[in-house]
Amino acid sequence: MTTPDGRRVVVIAGCRTPFCRSGTALKDARAVELARYATRELLERTDLDPAAVDEVVFGQVVPSALAPNLAREVSLLPQFPREIPAFSLNRACASANQAITAAHDQIALGHAEVVIAGGAESLSDIPILASRRLSEILVDASRAKTLGARLAAFARIRPRDLVPVAPAIAEPSTGESMGQSAEKMAKENGITREAQDRWTLVSHQRAAQGTADGRLTAEIAPWLPDRPGAPALTADNGIRADTSLEQMATLKPVFDRRYGSVTAANSSPLTDGASAVLLMSEAAARTHGYEPLAWIRSYAVAAVDPGWQLLQAPIKAVPLALERAGIDWRDLGLIEVHEAFASQVLSNFQGWAARGWEIDEAIINVMGGSIAIGHPFGATGGRLVTTLANEMNRRDVRFGLVSVCAQGGMASAIVLERRS
Amino acid sequence: MTAPALTWEIRDGIAVVTLDLPGAPVNTISSSVKQEFIDCFQTLEQDARVRAVAFFSGKPDNFIAGADIEEFVRIGSAAEAERLAADGQEMLDRVARFPKPVAVGIHGACVGGGFEFALACHYRVATDHPKTQIGLPEIQLGILPGAGGCQRLPRLVGVRAALDMILAGKTERAQKAFRLGMVDELVHPALLRSVTLAAAKRMMDGWRPRRAGPRGLAGLLLDRTPPGRALVFRTARRQVLRRTGGHYPAPLLAIEAVRHGLSAGVREGLKREARLFGQLAVTDVSRKLVQLFFATTALKKDPGVEGAPAPAEVKRLAIVGAGFMGAGIGGTAAAQAGVDVRMKDADLARVAAGLKAAREILDDRLKRRRITRYEHQRVVALLSGSDSYAGFGRADLVIEAVFEDLAVKQKVLREVEARTPAHAIFASNTSTIPITRIAEAAARPDRVIGMHFFSPVAKMPLLEIIPGARTAPQVVATAVAFGRRMGKTVIVVKDAPGFWINRILGPYVNEAAHLLLEGARIEEVDRVMVEWGFPVGPITLLDEVGLDVAEKAAGVLQAAFGERLAPAPALAGLVQSGRLGRKAGRGFYRYEQGHKRGVDESVYAVLGRQPNGGQRPGEIVQRLVLAMLNEAARAVGEGVVRTPRDGDIGALFGFGFPPFRGGPLRHADDLGAARLVDDLQRLSDQLGPRFAPCEMLRDLARRESRFYPA
Repeated sequence: MTTPDGRRVVVIAGCRTPFCRSGTALKDARAVELARYATRELLERTDLDPAAVDEVVFGQVVPSALAPNLAREVSLLPQFPREIPAFSLNRACASANQAITAAHDQIALGHAEVVIAGGAESLSDIPILASRRLSEILVDASRAKTLGARLAAFARIRPRDLVPVAPAIAEPSTGESMGQSAEKMAKENGITREAQDRWTLVSHQRAAQGTADGRLTAEIAPWLPDRPGAPALTADNGIRADTSLEQMATLKPVFDRRYGSVTAANSSPLTDGASAVLLMSEAAARTHGYEPLAWIRSYAVAAVDPGWQLLQAPIKAVPLALERAGIDWRDLGLIEVHEAFASQVLSNFQGWAARGWEIDEAIINVMGGSIAIGHPFGATGGRLVTTLANEMNRRDVRFGLVSVCAQGGMASAIVLERRS
Repeated sequence: MTAPALTWEIRDGIAVVTLDLPGAPVNTISSSVKQEFIDCFQTLEQDARVRAVAFFSGKPDNFIAGADIEEFVRIGSAAEAERLAADGQEMLDRVARFPKPVAVGIHGACVGGGFEFALACHYRVATDHPKTQIGLPEIQLGILPGAGGCQRLPRLVGVRAALDMILAGKTERAQKAFRLGMVDELVHPALLRSVTLAAAKRMMDGWRPRRAGPRGLAGLLLDRTPPGRALVFRTARRQVLRRTGGHYPAPLLAIEAVRHGLSAGVREGLKREARLFGQLAVTDVSRKLVQLFFATTALKKDPGVEGAPAPAEVKRLAIVGAGFMGAGIGGTAAAQAGVDVRMKDADLARVAAGLKAAREILDDRLKRRRITRYEHQRVVALLSGSDSYAGFGRADLVIEAVFEDLAVKQKVLREVEARTPAHAIFASNTSTIPITRIAEAAARPDRVIGMHFFSPVAKMPLLEIIPGARTAPQVVATAVAFGRRMGKTVIVVKDAPGFWINRILGPYVNEAAHLLLEGARIEEVDRVMVEWGFPVGPITLLDEVGLDVAEKAAGVLQAAFGERLAPAPALAGLVQSGRLGRKAGRGFYRYEQGHKRGVDESVYAVLGRQPNGGQRPGEIVQRLVLAMLNEAARAVGEGVVRTPRDGDIGALFGFGFPPFRGGPLRHADDLGAARLVDDLQRLSDQLGPRFAPCEMLRDLARRESRFYPA
């Protein structure tokens, strides 16, 4: 994208933690730690002077009540001067996309030259809430002026009030869970179980390939264990190189046990991880001596009615982004589509195909997708932009696309460009 | 007539007095300042407008740093010292009995005579600032608080807390001082003035502070009853004797000054305190400790090289080799210097282990409450590592702590040079390889230097800096300055085999091995040297250092200096049998779960000599000490250390040479070169040419000269 005064924004580098199924290798790390880790390793890998950073933006979907502005904790890493402003944001699963485009805007406007944008999520560390009644009672008790009033407040507690509440992954407006939406999309769009499992298999095989040949692991800062003797984590831990259609076929559908097709295998797993991307103005990249990986050509966000097909907004956001980029679907040499569910990916394809676009699966998610690699909500966009930009360079591709669907019936699309 | 140190103005009945010693960075109390105090308080007493006094320091971050030590050094006799103490007591007595209330506002160091003054005032307010340090460090100079400190402090905070403070010579942060009752209030620096003035005003209106004193049942029994106190004194005496081995008279006499004051009253106590102060002031121990104080103070200001440009700032430290040494250096650098630390090793498992070990240094500081949880979080985030050279592009200083092998170190040097900016310094933590040899592989040999840390890095206070033949002076200055930021005592030494510490330790531990081979008992050799004043004996030292490490170091010395430093044929057999010292769980001693469990009697069989009574203790001491002194003198003659001061401080901080003996060169001066030459000659005739007196000592003997000016 070019602003009226010609400021263009470039991606310099990206880096992330390994993505790990929640409750496994990263379960003891908080989202803040993951974000700080990815950011610090990004600094190390780029030899960036931390004082050059003007802003830090991070996405997080389920923030901790103790560190609600995660980005500020990142910009308070001791490697940085303490005067770097930072904000955290939430555009559901497109949060890191949003962080990157927000950074883009600040640079394009001339408000910043160098920004670190990314996202983090720890689904091992989600806030568990007290019940509504219990919190009311606790608040009353804390306001009580006399011991009697305080005891009276506590006396109201009933056993059922003590049951904690965990936030569900459901639409507040419809009550429909993500999985139910994916199930609905499969049915309404006629996406078969076989097609979903086949896509899942491709996702795992390509991710395994990218891990084996080092393209995927090149983006990962190894996570060093605290316990002596434990191995360092150099790769994502959800990728199954050995899975097969037969194996997947044995799984029961989760959300509709009789007629459903969405299973644990063809959905993205709950995941812990963080990503960070270094963005600069074209001029700043030149001044600091960096070779851009890619230019941000355009982006777009869109939304649909969550009561319709919750994860189908990419069919609106992507055409808009292409239009803003002034390019055609055929100009895209590589595409990264976020895989919340295989049924959603294939539904997105169907929607795009309805516009007359030819879907070439060979250039989509060439190193696997979120189903295999995992999906720490806030962090996925940073992974996609990094993977896409790196692979565009390896394959000498001019235009690439990132498409991410998100809760609330939203989507984000980013077009990257390489120039020789 | 110089400008006065004390000035005051009177406002609303309160005389606001400010002490600001002209032309000095900190306030100290000299006899002229003392006279000003007396005159000032006399004037204020007579001035009817004055109804209370508020006292402050005019220095930005210092209250009073104690008595003028230069004046103290000039004291010639015990009687003179006693008079000095009595003068100080009298002046503070005037303050204590001043008819108008005196409040004091304390910010910055308030130590020694400064704190004794504050104790004489009627109300103490201190800032809760880290710079505010309060205490009575006199014991560290071999004396005792002689201006009423031994009387007023126990009455204020109880005898247990007072003895803790006085006997350890520690200074405490303001929070701790407040908790103990040493100050009455703790405030933000911005409020110091107004709160102190308000206290003066309250007292002016008749209010008096009420102090609770030591709390709890223990406080009641131990601090307030004669039998309880007697128990406290007995325990304190026992602890002091155990800690000092009876080498330091000051703590025992301080106990006596406190005890006498509590049983016979303040008046008598002050008299006793002054007399004991006088006794101590002229002891050899005090002289040595004062010299040491001056020497370390001077060393802290020494840039380490003549005429060097100012040291460069080190913001980012990279370490190659995440083993025990590398991790220790990284953790200490993060903790003390607050720099960003990047560690690199060949594989991630080693990096992870190194980071963990480095972090334990920070965890330990958290556990000891040296840092807060938040500071801990911050410094922990300074540590990172990888199996690649990622991040070396911004390193200002790279320290290698890889395997002790020239080719390996040179390979690392070349790799590092390829990845670091041109200004980056490459420091080798070698203990045996000449820096100049390592630098032969360098593209930028002027940026190569040696930084020899001792193990464990977090605990060992000494650092040897070794410039190579082509090292740039600013690189030396930068390494020295950074070493100090790491909290180390830094000496710059010559690029000669063994540098300074291992060079003078070599013949010492070697002689210990000779003694064993002649039939001495292991624990006897250690015991005799501990009695002489070392923290551990030479055999325990070998176990701590590691027998393999010692063997390697001995080999280097032998290769360089020949038969004189040929290792006694004892080590090799032990190393071969896997007795590597503490780290292996067995050396000369046995170790279980890190605890020393007595001599491993089977060692004697490996040595091929069963104990047979051995030599007399006096002979053991003489052989061990003279072996070291002779080598130290020889090394000084070769210019291995820049000054005898550096050599002595190195020995004190490097391996705990007894401080009250001043250091090997100071001790050689005390014995006298002529006597040393005679004794060495005799030992040489008896035991072999390894004892032949060195040229340096012979020369000193001939010229009737010394290492230090008399």
